[in-house]
Amino acid sequence: MSDLLSLRQVSAGYGDAIVISKIDLSLKPGESLAVLGRNGTGKTTLLNTIIGVTRHRGGAITFAGRDLSGMRPDKRALAGIGWVPQERNIFKSLTVEENITAIASPGPWTLDRVYRMFPRLKERRFNLGNQLSGGEQQMLAIARALVLNPRLLLLDEPTEGLAPIIIEELLAALRSIIRDEGLAAIVVEQHAQKILGLTEKAIILDRGTIVHASSSQALIKDSSPLDQHLGIAGKKPGNSPLRNIRLAAVAIHKQY
Amino acid sequence: MKSHTEDDVRRVLTRRGRWGFSEIAFWLVAVATLVFMPDRHLILNEIAIIALFALSLDLILGYAGIVSLGHAAFFGLGAYVAGILAQQGIGNPLIGLAAAALAAAILGLATSFLVLRGSDLTKLMVALGVALILGEVANRMAWLTGGADGLQGVNVSPLLGLFEFDMFGTTAYAYSLTVLFVLFVLARRVMASPYGLSLRSIRDNPLRARAIGIPVNRRLVVIYTLAAAYAGSAGALLAQTIQFVSLDVLAFHRSADVMLVLVIGGAGYLYGGIIGAVVFKILQDYLSDLTPQYWLFWIGLILVLLVLMDRERMVSKARTLWKRTANRLTHRAEPLATTRTAREI
Repeated sequence: MSDLLSLRQVSAGYGDAIVISKIDLSLKPGESLAVLGRNGTGKTTLLNTIIGVTRHRGGAITFAGRDLSGMRPDKRALAGIGWVPQERNIFKSLTVEENITAIASPGPWTLDRVYRMFPRLKERRFNLGNQLSGGEQQMLAIARALVLNPRLLLLDEPTEGLAPIIIEELLAALRSIIRDEGLAAIVVEQHAQKILGLTEKAIILDRGTIVHASSSQALIKDSSPLDQHLGIAGKKPGNSPLRNIRLAAVAIHKQY
Repeated sequence: MKSHTEDDVRRVLTRRGRWGFSEIAFWLVAVATLVFMPDRHLILNEIAIIALFALSLDLILGYAGIVSLGHAAFFGLGAYVAGILAQQGIGNPLIGLAAAALAAAILGLATSFLVLRGSDLTKLMVALGVALILGEVANRMAWLTGGADGLQGVNVSPLLGLFEFDMFGTTAYAYSLTVLFVLFVLARRVMASPYGLSLRSIRDNPLRARAIGIPVNRRLVVIYTLAAAYAGSAGALLAQTIQFVSLDVLAFHRSADVMLVLVIGGAGYLYGGIIGAVVFKILQDYLSDLTPQYWLFWIGLILVLLVLMDRERMVSKARTLWKRTANRLTHRAEPLATTRTAREI
């Protein structure tokens, strides 16, 4: 099967600064990738480069066989790349329903379907975007990306700043979207334990380059790369954060 | 699947496009002024023209977030086109109106590529520059525009060949009000369409709008052009109803006044321009009568107070108070139901 998304030696940044350097990665249709790393290692920049809002400084990005270099962000979105940004960026003067339908494209993801996935949004459908809680905003951001009927979904720290109960709800929804529906996805996350159970592949970024690439399962089993690059070593195995991550990831994997 | 999505979008937009009771009442009152306020038709005509001009600014400022202090360029061009046509023997007001709208739209389209670049301040300055250039061009081309003396000999034919423009302003007001209503309905339909939703998205967050597939620049060029056509129409109405055009139509204060009107009425819901025009003109009329020398001082003071006291907050409080009063009147025994916020749930 040919690649859905392919990055070859991609470098990009903002202004004169190069934030990610010589990134190579590929994703087949239906595959999912976790992008891990500390703060400021270029995770968000990687997603921003795929959607086209950074300054491209070299390399090639192809999506479904089309060269994305020089393509405007709106054209990339219409080509099938859905983006859920870290800040959520809900359109505050539109109602929930208008936020979702403003950019809806024909396809399997309809308004009713996203309401079934996120019943809270249906309850709040006449509320304005700025009248939602953080969790509801995140659900709306995901719903809005889904009704674009993308072939690739980019999620930037989807659980950031949310209450644990909401995170569980969101992870279940993401599990359904990524695993059950087979929608290709790239999930950026600082907290590996939340996301490794959902994705098939994982990479770790450090200083704008890929320092580790493997399957998520391999990373769950052998977490030394996490230990090394996310800086969570030095604790006793019995109660170390690393062990907790591993246990949590396994638990999530089993749960869903 | 396609029909599902189309149905969803249609259903949502139908809700937004539905006419409310208050809106119908608003327009009925406007029509009633034609019958019941015959001695005020001259000032009502001015209000209708300013309202249309403010509506055009609302389209770009309230719906697309484009700040402009040079909107008088389109207003003035429309006024001169309609005036010159009438002076040259093409006195049919509807032809003059259409030609003015078209000319302003062409200028809007041509300048949109300049005005839509850069930050808000850049947009503000470029728009202002375009208006100033046009003002100077009109001044220099005195052979066509009459220059500082103004355009003389503007003879407008009877409306639809039947209704003469009378000195009491009755035909003028009926004409301006009808044009305002028709263009308002058109704007309302545009804003309740997917295009209108995408404009609001752009105003809220252009970067995000672009990243979800909205062609931001193209949308902005279209609305800027449409708003220019509206402003040109307002200018044409002024030229045709007062049958005179001077350089004043391109002056900076026109752009500033219309911005003030929108600040008073509120941007982003179409009625702001109309309400603002009514309040502004009544205030101007009342204050200039009360204190002919210092009326501008009071207008300025009111503007400062409006901005400092946050008009949106005042309107919101007034709306809550109105709802509570209405609730008490209709359900005396029942306590007021409070809306739970998302955070409470």
